[in-house]
Amino acid sequence: MSAPDVTREALSFDLASDSVRELNQRLHETHEPHRVRVLNPAGRHSIAVGIDAPHEVEIDGHVGYYCAGMNKLASVRVHGNCGVGVAENMMSGTVTVEGSASQSAAASARGGLLVVHGDASARCAISLKGADVVVRGAVGHMSAFMAQKGALVVCGDAGEALGDSVYEARLYVRGAVAGLGADCIEKEMRAEHLEQLAQLLERAEIDDVEARDFRRYGSARQLYHFHVENLGSY
Amino acid sequence: MPSAASTVICMCGIAGLYTKSPALQAQLGEHLARMLEQLSFRGPDSAGVAFYREPAPAGSCKISLCAPHADVDWSSIGAELADAFEGASEPRVRATHALFVVDADAPEVQVWLAAEHPELRLMSAGSAIEIYKEAGRPGDFVRRFDIERIDGSHALGHTRMATESRVTTEHSHPFSTGLDLCLVHNGSLSNHNRLRGKLRREGIQFQTDNDSEVAAGYLTWRLREGASLEQALEGCLSDLDGFYTFAVGSADGFAVLRDPIACKPAVMAETDEWVAIASEYRAIAVLPGAEDAVSWEPEPGRVYSWGTTLVA
Repeated sequence: MSAPDVTREALSFDLASDSVRELNQRLHETHEPHRVRVLNPAGRHSIAVGIDAPHEVEIDGHVGYYCAGMNKLASVRVHGNCGVGVAENMMSGTVTVEGSASQSAAASARGGLLVVHGDASARCAISLKGADVVVRGAVGHMSAFMAQKGALVVCGDAGEALGDSVYEARLYVRGAVAGLGADCIEKEMRAEHLEQLAQLLERAEIDDVEARDFRRYGSARQLYHFHVENLGSY
Repeated sequence: MPSAASTVICMCGIAGLYTKSPALQAQLGEHLARMLEQLSFRGPDSAGVAFYREPAPAGSCKISLCAPHADVDWSSIGAELADAFEGASEPRVRATHALFVVDADAPEVQVWLAAEHPELRLMSAGSAIEIYKEAGRPGDFVRRFDIERIDGSHALGHTRMATESRVTTEHSHPFSTGLDLCLVHNGSLSNHNRLRGKLRREGIQFQTDNDSEVAAGYLTWRLREGASLEQALEGCLSDLDGFYTFAVGSADGFAVLRDPIACKPAVMAETDEWVAIASEYRAIAVLPGAEDAVSWEPEPGRVYSWGTTLVA
């Protein structure tokens, strides 16, 4: 695929007068890549969801729930905070949050990259299925719950029960971990992990944090394999 | 109240606004009404507000009452109150509710009302609090009760989506939790039946089978036993089983608590002019200067409070 030409036309939506539905329908119907500016989001839900084209979307302000959900190919940047479920079920592309994100950021996301420059609260990267998530600040409790694939990078601290019932997602935390969830353990940081971490930080445009300052966590693989001695627990 | 069977997203909306400037106090109702409008889809079944305003003179109290039917003669009730006590104001009627300032301590007036007018429902009692609530759409409630024209120092509001008990005025929020105290709740409690029984044995009275009223009764009981409001709220963390974001109003301000699992949303924001809490940011976005406010999500299991003191 050749590099998308996003310079050909700019679209602008002012949500003080345009509806979210008008915005999303236009994004869905427009397959040629565009630069798109969204003004006055005022915490509205479902802004820029379901995009399936390499648009570059800039949102000036705080958004509500599910912003950039199901994103495919597009680059979405929020100049503010996000409500619940930013980039949930993202397939590809990049979603960047300049502020903080509420619960369940990147829930079930299958591909692409979510970058949160502030904090992300509880259940960040829950059920992650292949996307990468980089958080500049801290994450709340139950983050990476049942995360199957992909990576969660936390430059700050992680809350209680990190990685509870995690499958094969890789978790990297630079600060303190309040507690590990069931079947989540600290693991050796090998060269391949340092390399992955360095690449993710670079993609997230975070250059004041060193990969070697992180610890790696992942599955002890005791919970999701059948063991006859655990029969009573199933 | 509201919310949630495990796979059903149930809601309810909470709004709270605490003013820091006299200019904003005059517009408190207008701003709270706009917040409720933004939260109306979260709770289309009923709505309610608690305003803190015009404290009664020392030795007197404010009583908010709701009539069960339209033909209540509020003036004659005011006259009866004036006869029974040192004096009483003319009723200030708002839709189905009326407010009286009575020259007596609130508990005396409550005893008298229970004996003489058991048909009237006591919405609130205290020096500054006024509670108004009604079944029906939040927008209709705001218009019928002329909420936009109520001033005050701070106020809480609620929009209800009922899941656990009936849609009536008594089941609506805020719930009074004692003199000048009230509670609004987004969530659902699972141990409310057993706890209601325990609290009844402690002498706490309940008007409904609603779970949020049990939370209000729990706070009333803890405060009666000498706990500070902060201690009473912290007690919720161990004694209440369920999901909740609570906002509790007092004469001085309000406090906020989310359950430790943080099932229910909350956003707070502060400027030089105001402090606000809402279930969703969009209810804060309608406030003046919101774009420059510091906003954050309150941490689960932590009591946040605004106002001068956190006392019973």
